[in-house]
Amino acid sequence: MGYLEGFAVTFKKWGEGVTTREYRAGRKNRKGEISDKDTKRPKPERAHGRHVLNKYEDGMEKCIGCELCAGVCPANCIYVRGAENPVDDPKSPGERFGYVYEINYLRCIHCDLCVEACPTEAITESKLFEFSFTNRQDAIYTKDELLVGDDGKPQQMPWEDWRPGEDEMTSGWMRATAPSGKAEYLGVTGWSGELGYGVRAGDLPQDEKDAVSVTISTSDDHGHDGHDDGGHH
Amino acid sequence: MGFADVSDKGLAGLEHNVLTGQLEKLVNWSRARSSWPATFGLACCAIEMMATGGSHYDLARYGMEVFRASPRQADVMIVAGRVSQKMAPVLRQIYDQMMEPKWVISMGVCASSGGMFNNYAIVQGVDQIVPVDVYAPGCPPGPETLLHAINTLHHSIETGELLSRRNANGGGAGITVEQRDGQGEPKLITLGAR
Repeated sequence: MGYLEGFAVTFKKWGEGVTTREYRAGRKNRKGEISDKDTKRPKPERAHGRHVLNKYEDGMEKCIGCELCAGVCPANCIYVRGAENPVDDPKSPGERFGYVYEINYLRCIHCDLCVEACPTEAITESKLFEFSFTNRQDAIYTKDELLVGDDGKPQQMPWEDWRPGEDEMTSGWMRATAPSGKAEYLGVTGWSGELGYGVRAGDLPQDEKDAVSVTISTSDDHGHDGHDDGGHH
Repeated sequence: MGFADVSDKGLAGLEHNVLTGQLEKLVNWSRARSSWPATFGLACCAIEMMATGGSHYDLARYGMEVFRASPRQADVMIVAGRVSQKMAPVLRQIYDQMMEPKWVISMGVCASSGGMFNNYAIVQGVDQIVPVDVYAPGCPPGPETLLHAINTLHHSIETGELLSRRNANGGGAGITVEQRDGQGEPKLITLGAR
């Protein structure tokens, strides 16, 4: 009667419901609708995805064309060329700005080293990871495609699968503990936001995180205070 | 429309009327829904490819759960991982052994462009050897990225874009280089073409 024990597993699993997440990449069915079951698996808070180039609140670009991101990139996927800022129409607050900015997504390994290297928080990574290309030209994102819009939200290419609310985690630059900053930020990871959009609450220190499992309040103070004077540069 | 057109060009040789238009739709529909992949896992991307076949993402939803070990039974080759120079002729032979119509997904940055392995050992892009239809970026691409690539491929199969493109470039990768062997006039070589 050993096989009955085997069947017992089958019947037990039968009642447990479906584990499959029917992700269909936003493809429409015959009626032209997107299925309700077409959902993504929730990503970790610090997942690395497609990059965005951020702007300041006044619309200035944050990139100053220093090429540090291109220098640190292990896959050599970033190509930057800086140029002198035009005096009458400056693109960035610095002396120079990113004249050409290209990322080849057929080389990028999403290691986030460019984000860490950037001195002005110009380049950050969103969590968008669901995209594919049918030709190589689409895979090279130029500055026009990487720059956020005037509302601080990333542009959405037709071959990318954005879902509502996903762009809220785009801006944000992880700031490690800054001993020179405010004392209350000791051991706290802060996230800074651009244009006031997509600001996250800071992470708790590990011992507090272990103590409380509830999410902390999502007010802007962590991000913005950290942005103004809590930084390490 | 004659029999010669159909025997030479296949469905594309048909002059379309209502009946054959529906027939082509039906053929493309069935091709998109039973495109069996050939096993070509080469590196860490293959782990994600296996995860895509697992129960959470479930490639069987697309009729793709059978990864065939024999290229004769496969329709889609998912090149998952870095292709070394020694593996390149093997990959091309597997591709040649697959039955028409056949498609290629280049999964991951290593297969697509060499990725961070920009050195003498790795082929800088598998599209130098075989014609690639869809590129999936990422290192490695997650199962959802691969599913996005698969859905993009299925969409292209259903609309019939890909077959017409293959006819245009003769089954090659669409890359043409000037071959100089010092023996005579430089001649144009189309990579990946038969």
